[in-house]
Amino acid sequence: MDRTTMDLWVGLFVAAGIVALIGLAMKVGNLTSDHLGDTYTVSAHFDDIGGLKPRAPIKSAGVVVGRVDSIQFDSKRYDAVVKLKIDKSYKFPKDTFASINTSGLLGEQYVTLEAGGDTEMLEEDGKGKIEHTQPALVLEKLIGQFVSSKAEGDSSTPQNTMEDAQ
Amino acid sequence: MLKRTTETLRGIGHRFINRIWRLGTAARFFWRILRRSTDKPMRLIKLTVHEMYATGVLSLVIILVSALFVGMVLGLQGYNTLQRYGSADAVGVLVALSLVRELGPVVTALLFAGRAGTAITAEIGLMKTTEQLSAMEMMAVNPIARVIAPRFWAGVISMPLLAAMFSMVGVLGGYLVAVPLLGIDAGSFWSQMQTSVDFRVDIVNGVIKSFVFGVACTIIALFEGYDAPPTAEGVSRATTRTVVNSSLAVLGLDFALTSFMISV
Repeated sequence: MDRTTMDLWVGLFVAAGIVALIGLAMKVGNLTSDHLGDTYTVSAHFDDIGGLKPRAPIKSAGVVVGRVDSIQFDSKRYDAVVKLKIDKSYKFPKDTFASINTSGLLGEQYVTLEAGGDTEMLEEDGKGKIEHTQPALVLEKLIGQFVSSKAEGDSSTPQNTMEDAQ
Repeated sequence: MLKRTTETLRGIGHRFINRIWRLGTAARFFWRILRRSTDKPMRLIKLTVHEMYATGVLSLVIILVSALFVGMVLGLQGYNTLQRYGSADAVGVLVALSLVRELGPVVTALLFAGRAGTAITAEIGLMKTTEQLSAMEMMAVNPIARVIAPRFWAGVISMPLLAAMFSMVGVLGGYLVAVPLLGIDAGSFWSQMQTSVDFRVDIVNGVIKSFVFGVACTIIALFEGYDAPPTAEGVSRATTRTVVNSSLAVLGLDFALTSFMISV
């Protein structure tokens, strides 16, 4: 094989490899969808974060507005401090309500922000704090509550009928 | 009794020292390649392009066909299991993550060792057997700079490119099975994949892995060829050792790299 055809093949090979890499980044990975511009950080305290992980999406009205930056345990309040990175183009009022939800029954967990009616906005200097939060729904707790309430209901029914009969 | 025990122990010790000795020779060989790579940069680039044709372009067919089938099988198997839990849509995530993180770099490296590594070992071993390498030295041409270094760089550059193509074609294979054949929605296939596959954590780490595997596979193939006893049997044994050692090195390195990457 002569030199020029070989060069051509190698050139095609390298180009195809780079295209595959870009394809992976754009089509398979989240390089395009993940692009948050400038962000600001606010913190929120949760009693229970469930299975929330760093980099989980923050959604408002279903639209991704940011990502969870870090999760730490607050040893003074004995709860979790979640730092939320929110895109600078989205501003939220001070009385915004944050909750942790699950997509689908067993899917990944994300933070939902619901805007309140305050006229003042959350500070963008990193000191912003979301006061109203709702902890994650933990499936085991929910089932536990359901089972115990069911058990109470069952034991009370025969008693009632007995009382009625008397 | 005592004599037999000492004899056995001596045998073990001898083999152990030999292994370490060989490892040291290989490390010095690696260092010599790196040092000789700066000799004549223009010639090295030209020769590397030439070698990339042999290691990269000619490996394309087996890599791409394997990738397509690996992706399709992953799609079928993933669908079968995920569908029981009502999350068949996540099959794209399964295919993409397993390809980008593990199968892409590892399977590419194993195929590369079998396809290109053996060719390199046999070629260099035969060059040594027919005294072409010594002849080069006679003509004041350094065989490391002229023969070994271009093959090394060709392998190191080709591997990440091949692994990226493997992952991409594998994902397309998974798509072919999941969307037209099993009827999963194309939108949720891609969008779930994009929310779960992270560029930095998954794709870049996959590229780092395949780069490390490229260095390991190529250096093993080159060293086995360069170190082969100059006989027909010696070359054939060296070729076998290339495949065995490269595969073991790739799998061991994969575990080590993954444990580092997961903990970060």
